[in-house]
Amino acid sequence: MNEKRDTVSASAHNYVPARLLPLGDSALTLELGRSIETETHERVLGVAAALEALKGEPALAGVEEWVSSFCALTVHFDPDVTDAEALGHLLLALAARGTRASIAGLEWVLPACFDEEFAPDLDALAARKGMSPQAVIDTLLGATFRVYTIGFLPGFPYLGGLPEALEVPRLSSPRSAVPAKSIAVAGAMCAVYPWLSPGGWHLLGRTPVPMFDPRYSARPALLAPGDRLRWRAVDRETYDAMAAQAEAGTLDRERFCRKDMPA
Amino acid sequence: MSAVLEVLDPGFFVTLQDGGRKGFRNIGVPLAGALDPVWLAAANALAGNPVDAPGLEVRLAGPTLRLKEGGPVRLALVGAMTGEVTTAEGAKRPVAANAAVTLKPGDTFKAGRATGTAYIAVSGGFLGDADLGSYSTFERARLGGIKGRAPQRGDLIACRALAASAGGDLCAEAPPAHARGPIRIMLGPQDDHFEPETLQAFCRDTYTVSPSLDRMGMRLEGPVLTHNALGADIVSDGVTPGVIQCPANGQPIILLADGQTTGGYAKIACAIRADLPRLAHLRPGDTLHFAAVTRDEAKAARQAAQAVFTQWVCTLAPVRPEGPPDSVMLLSHNLISGVTAGEDESV
Repeated sequence: MNEKRDTVSASAHNYVPARLLPLGDSALTLELGRSIETETHERVLGVAAALEALKGEPALAGVEEWVSSFCALTVHFDPDVTDAEALGHLLLALAARGTRASIAGLEWVLPACFDEEFAPDLDALAARKGMSPQAVIDTLLGATFRVYTIGFLPGFPYLGGLPEALEVPRLSSPRSAVPAKSIAVAGAMCAVYPWLSPGGWHLLGRTPVPMFDPRYSARPALLAPGDRLRWRAVDRETYDAMAAQAEAGTLDRERFCRKDMPA
Repeated sequence: MSAVLEVLDPGFFVTLQDGGRKGFRNIGVPLAGALDPVWLAAANALAGNPVDAPGLEVRLAGPTLRLKEGGPVRLALVGAMTGEVTTAEGAKRPVAANAAVTLKPGDTFKAGRATGTAYIAVSGGFLGDADLGSYSTFERARLGGIKGRAPQRGDLIACRALAASAGGDLCAEAPPAHARGPIRIMLGPQDDHFEPETLQAFCRDTYTVSPSLDRMGMRLEGPVLTHNALGADIVSDGVTPGVIQCPANGQPIILLADGQTTGGYAKIACAIRADLPRLAHLRPGDTLHFAAVTRDEAKAARQAAQAVFTQWVCTLAPVRPEGPPDSVMLLSHNLISGVTAGEDESV
């Protein structure tokens, strides 16, 4: 099989043909599109759900994990156990089904504090867009975001659905240290930095809710692909109280979720 | 029976690593784990452990450890690093590279500097803190290691005392030998962002390791890799250790064990698994070449590496207590410097 150029056209009309791309000898990437669109992402999650259903079957022997991204799914495997060619055929077959995700994601309303200290880029972004800082905040608060993928750092969510009015390129010179829990925007995305790290996105606020906590062993990352999220403004006093609770490990994250969380 | 080691000096660029943290890349958690799992396995073999038991990875200055409680324990070194044991009474004896040593209660072990990457294993493994199924340190998210970080002075690390039935200390003349020649890669996933001539040049030209090098990745310097009309940026997709990203400046970046889980630069190629351990020993200024291989060739390379390791285990010999003190050490030094020297094609 020429896995690099193997393509399959899904039966339904407007699907981009799926492509199988090698990622070394221990992973394969199934590419379902080349742009960020909800429909493509739902098909990625559809393939992920199909793999989940095959867990424990011989067809997935040696498969260690898979990572869904915006328009692709990467499957990592033990090359001494997995037949890469057979796995590739399986992935293309699952892609050809064109199944959109049946995953009903969780709905979150997370606190966001826009205190001056937390929003070093708010004024500049507002000026650039010809908006008042408050209008920028209101636009952010009015949006419903979709979690596309968790990547870059443990728990880092890529949130699609940023209103066009707030779209900006990344900072020309990235910060060497973005404070943990910063709410940031770049391109057509919103995100939260779970950890102190370098970063080139525009910082508009901060949430007190940890994005990642290994004590929740069934779901260490707060958010998962397919979840939806809105921000709710809180004042500095509320933020500080919640941040103290988070630090003490007593901030119950389920209170921010509209549906029952998995145990 | 358990034993406890006290960290008297943490050394520099020393972290606890095992086989890595599998199964959490979908929530952004890097694999982490030993940069050279073969040499960690070798150290564990000398210490009598499973191959992926947690050991200390030394990237610069080795640590100083004292057997505080319990024991005896067996400690083993693999790589270009020697050590020295000082007994409670003050008697000193050298520990050769690629050898095990038995510590009695009160003994202090001081590791020297490592050239490249070296490993220290201890009987039962260095039992720091496991998070998400692994002891591997990923400091940014405070996972694994010792309370989510590198060892510090005063830390106490549990391990296991040697069974009375355990045999004597073993040693090898050198670490398991890594393959030589170009780093073998498989092209893709985004090799279509480059013209065929660029791909040919990539597999022909010489690249130099820049000073920008850590457990997350290494930047290379060399002839600029020009993207075609598809450009340098992609919609982020999955990455893995060994992948070679190519940002708009055309200078490749190889991701290593602590590399992120997704990336938005076009990836020209990915190093095959058999050659990942070789990347662990590159230092700034070292040069390397790449050679594209097929999936079948990658499999043959893994099998060859496995055969080398099996053969290496068969060559282990007892440490001679009263031999000429430095012959083993000098010999292994020489052999090792041949493995990790910065000359062309040496990696």
